[in-house]
Formats: sequence, structure tokens, C-alpha cells
Amino acid sequence: MAANGADLVIDVHGLNKHFGAHHVVKDLALTVRRGEIFGFLGPNGSGKTTTIRMLCGLLTPDSGEGTCLGYDILREPREIKRHVGYMTQRFSFWEDLTIRENLAFVARMYGMPERKARVEQALTHLGLADRATQLAGALSGGWKQRLALAACLLHEPDLLLLDEPTAGVDPKARREFWEELHALSARGITVLVSTHYMDEAERCHKLAYILSGTMLAQGTADEVIASQALVTWAVRGGDLASLAVTLRELSAVEQVAAFGTALHVTGSEADALRQSLAPFMNDPALQWQEVAPSLEDVFIHLMNRAQATGPVVAH
Amino acid sequence: MSYFSLSRWLGIVAKEFIQLRRDRLTFGMIVGIPVVQLVLFGYAINSDPKHLPTAVLSADRSEFTRSILSGLKNSEYFSFVGEARDEREADRMLATGKVQFVVTIPQDFTRALMRGERPALLLEADATDPSATSNALSAINQLAQTALVHDLVGPMAVLGASPTAFEVRVHPRYNPEAITQYNIVPGLMGVILTMTMVLMTGLAITRETERGTMENLLATPATPLEVMTGKIVPYVMIGLVQVSLILGLARGLFGVPMIGNIGVLYLAVLLFIAANLTLGLTFSALAQNQLQAMQMTFFFFLPSMLLSGFMFPFRGMPGWAQTVGEVLPLTHFLRIVRGVLLKGNGFSEIGSEAWPIALFMLVVTVIGLRFFKSTLD
Repeated sequence: MAANGADLVIDVHGLNKHFGAHHVVKDLALTVRRGEIFGFLGPNGSGKTTTIRMLCGLLTPDSGEGTCLGYDILREPREIKRHVGYMTQRFSFWEDLTIRENLAFVARMYGMPERKARVEQALTHLGLADRATQLAGALSGGWKQRLALAACLLHEPDLLLLDEPTAGVDPKARREFWEELHALSARGITVLVSTHYMDEAERCHKLAYILSGTMLAQGTADEVIASQALVTWAVRGGDLASLAVTLRELSAVEQVAAFGTALHVTGSEADALRQSLAPFMNDPALQWQEVAPSLEDVFIHLMNRAQATGPVVAH
Repeated sequence: MSYFSLSRWLGIVAKEFIQLRRDRLTFGMIVGIPVVQLVLFGYAINSDPKHLPTAVLSADRSEFTRSILSGLKNSEYFSFVGEARDEREADRMLATGKVQFVVTIPQDFTRALMRGERPALLLEADATDPSATSNALSAINQLAQTALVHDLVGPMAVLGASPTAFEVRVHPRYNPEAITQYNIVPGLMGVILTMTMVLMTGLAITRETERGTMENLLATPATPLEVMTGKIVPYVMIGLVQVSLILGLARGLFGVPMIGNIGVLYLAVLLFIAANLTLGLTFSALAQNQLQAMQMTFFFFLPSMLLSGFMFPFRGMPGWAQTVGEVLPLTHFLRIVRGVLLKGNGFSEIGSEAWPIALFMLVVTVIGLRFFKSTLD
């Protein structure tokens, strides 16, 4: 690592990227510390993948500057590639190579010493030693994902960039995957992971929320929630379906979402919300309780606000 | 539920048309292929080639020889493009393919003719491609009877009577028995190489893009140069194996003669493979997926087959088709292969056919580099 990389593994600002007329990433700034698991959230087409690709030298930013692992993202993409493990959104290993062949190929691409031993070690660690001669294409989704992670870790990167690694993976495999990420983080490996899942977002040390290429919030989960100062009421009992329709009409109510047997009613102004809800709070059939807003409430709030203030093009 | 619902069926038909319309390349093929084939087969291909370039090596000039030559010219099969100073030059003109025929008029031809000694005129033909020369050769015998009708008058009229006043000795060179395989089999080598080399490289790269593995490859420290050349080299080897296989079979099954230096041939093969591989790479840089790479290959392959002189005599085609043909690497490669195997050509003879292939490669490389992306931008 370069000398100035003291603690910031990713430190970029002013990143812009256009695809034709689309301004996909807008003045994006991002700082990630060593050993952090950093969650990268945002709806589809918000620029997450583009940002990750710019960080690892697969795309050249139109403007902006910064460092990744202390290397300049514009001038030293090859050095960055050498020390970064990038896991693509779609399984991108060779389905017509066996598991061992895939790992051996990756090992050669990174010019690793003692390739054979490292590959065997990775196979054992993966628990795939006895299936090493199977074609990668024959693996199930969860196993493909584990193989991809193992291949990304083979050259012992300092930074992992994971683009929606758990899409289409079952809950058990997902949990094991996150345990592995935390173990890596404990060893000082930094992880930037994009995801759609709220439970995964909550497992991250830090979060960033990006929408239409613009960074809307950044910090720990608590900081992100606190930054929007939302008030959420949970209501139970009565005819919740028709209540939801009525509540959505109220101007102080921003979101009404069903959570099992309860409705979560969220607004950004506490007093106005309380006043609007007052008539319903008197209804004896309903039980009201103020609860902490969830990350999801915050993200939907951010999306709605962006939609209200400016055009949001999802593509 | 009915077994056949018209509206459901129409839905499928409509969807197919919408998809066809969006797939521009396929749409282009639907229209382009019949037009190209019609034009090529209708206008360009002629199995009775005329105006074949002919050189004269004349040791005797007289009214008679002039009449004979103009008779040859009037037959429309022969077109005089030059005069050879000596036998060596005449040989070289045939070997390099500059001319199809050499007419040799021996010394004292006129005197022998007037004495009624029935002198012989030598017509040497480049018979590597029997179909290119066969009609011209059958026309020449007619000619011997009619060429001198106007000259042999008065007391000399008796010479014109049967048997003819002179004799034409035809000497088909390089493939004297007019064995079609001698021409087709070496030609096939070029055709097979064109097909496999262009297609395989085209597919090799687009396959990575289509399956998403290219992103993975580019995320490693591998450089574009490593990726490109690394992906090409296996196909160079495959090409060389194919060539060896074809040469072996040509020898073993068809007895195709191999007069020239095989080393020279392999060097030419390497150049030709390189040209086709760069074309395949360029196609893969332009194509979005494997299907498009295949379609582009087909678009290139069709004129290569028809206009290169592989299927039909090159000299039978009109000027515009010959011009198109001269651009194609296969045209030049066919001349090289036939030249080396059948005529025993060496470096000095094939040079004029090698540089157009190199030039083609250069132009295609420049185009390819313009479109090839080393990042995902």
C-alpha cells in the first residue's frame, strides 16, 4: 500500500460518469476505512455497479479524482486491479471450466507464487475439494457464489468489491456468506458490498445510499436513520387495509406500509403527523405506538423526496 | 381451453415480427443475402471466361503471323497484354499468373508455312484451373482452319486446304491432365481457413462478452494485449493443423502435386491466417453477441467463395467483380497456394500476391482497434 493510504482505503470525490445522454453517476464522493464493511444501497439503475466499476478500473470516470488503496483511480488502474477482488453481479467465471481450472486460471492471472498449493487450499476451505473436477456451470446458485468469492480472495486482496453478491441465494447461504465477510473484515480486509436487502444493510458497519447517481446519505445505519429525523407510528387492530387508504390521503403522512399485523405510518414532521393522526388515535379499536423508523422507511423517504424535488429517471 | 386460439397464435406471430424488426443484422441478412447472391450469380459469375490475358513470344513476324494473332484475338478468348522477350520471361509471366496463355511463334514459321511444311504454333496454357482454359483451348483448333482463309489466295490457296496450313500444339502447363481436384483441393485450404479462422476468433471474444466473463477477465491485471493475443494463438495453431491435414489428404487421397517449397507455403499460410484472425477480432469488436459475429462472418464468406476464383474462374468475371475479388485475401491466397503447389512458385513469384493480404490485414486492424474496448466504457 502507498504511504498516504493510512486509514482510508477508498477516498474518491467528484466522480462523474455519462453513458451517452445519461448522467449515471453525479459528483459522487465516497470514503471507506480499512476493515470496514461498507454497504452500498440504492434502487436498480442508481449507479451502484457503475461506481464499483470505476473504483476498480473497469470504467474510466469522465471527471473526478481519488484513490483506491492509495493508488490513483485514473492513473493506476492496473495496480488497483492487482490488490482488489471484484465479484461481478452476474456469475462471471467460466462455466465450461471445472472448479479447479477456474481457480487455477485466476491464480495465473494474478501471477501468484505456489499456485497449485494455494488453489488446493482454497478448494479445501471452500469444501469443494471432492468436487473440484465438476464444471462450474453445474453448481447451484449458492455454490457459484461461494466459488466466486473464493476466486476473488485467491490473490489475497486488501479490498473486496462485491456487486449484489447474494442476489438469488437462499437465506442460510446468505447468512454464511455474511459471516465470512465479517471474518474477513476482522482480518483487516475492507469490503464494499452493494445490496438490496435491508437485513444485509443492517449488518454493515457503514452505509451509503445512492439514487440516480447522487449520494443521498452516508454513515452508520443509526446515523443514516437519525439524519432524516423521521417519526414512525405503528398501528394495530381494526380494518387496516381501509385505514391505510385513508391515511395516505393525509398531507403529513409520507408513507404507510404494512408490516404483518401492523401499519407503519411515517412522516418527517413530528407535530404535524401527530395532529393529523389525532382523530384516528381516539378510535378505541386501534392501538397506536411510536416506533423507531427502520432503514427501509428512511430509504423510501429518500426516494420519495427525490421524486418530489426533481425528475428521477430509473433506467 | 381450445387447442388452437387464433388470437394467441397471432400474438406469437406478431411478437416474432417485432423481434425480427429490432434485430437489424438479421433483417439485413433477410434482404441482403438474396440481393447479393442474385447479383453475384447473375452478373459476376461466368463459366465461359473470355478475353484471357495472353503473351506472345514471336521469333517470326509476317503477314501470316499477324493474321493468326488477330484471328486469336477475334475469337474473343484471347486478349494480348504483352510480348515476352524470351522464353524465361514467358515462363515467369505464366508462373506469376500475369497471363493465362503464351503463344510462341517459332523461327522460320512463315517460310515453313509457305513451303507447305505445316509448321507448329505453340500455345502454352496455365491450366491450374481447367475450367478457365478449356473453352479457349477448344476454340483454338477451329482457328487453325479459318485464320488464314483471306491470306492464302491465288497459288497459295492449296495450302489452306485440309489438312490445315499450320498446326497448333497446345501445351497445358502445371495441370496437363486437367484434373479438377488439383485446382479445387488446394483452393479448399483457403476456403476452410477463411471460414474457421474468422468465425472462431469472432466467437471466442463475443462469447466472453455475452457470458459476462469478459468483465471478470478485464478486472484481473491482464492487459488487453495479453487477452487478445492469448486468445488468438490457439487458433493460429488450429489453422496450421488444418493446413497440414488438408495437405496430407490432398497428397494421399487426390495425389495433388507439391512442386514448390512447403516452407514458403507455410509462411504464406501464416500471413493468411493472421489476416483472417484480425478480421475475426474486428468482427467481434463490432458484434454484440455470437449470433451477430456469425452473421458478419457469413456476409464476408459468401463473396469470398464466389469472387475469389475458388468456385468460378476469376477471369470470367466482369471488371467490378474482379476489383472486389482483388480486395479479398482468399483471392490472393488461392493464387499463392496453387502457384506453390502446382507451379513450384517461390518467394519472388508470390510477393505480388502477399502484399495485398498484408494491406488488408493492416486496414482491418486499424478498424478493429478503433472499436475494441479495453475497458467496459
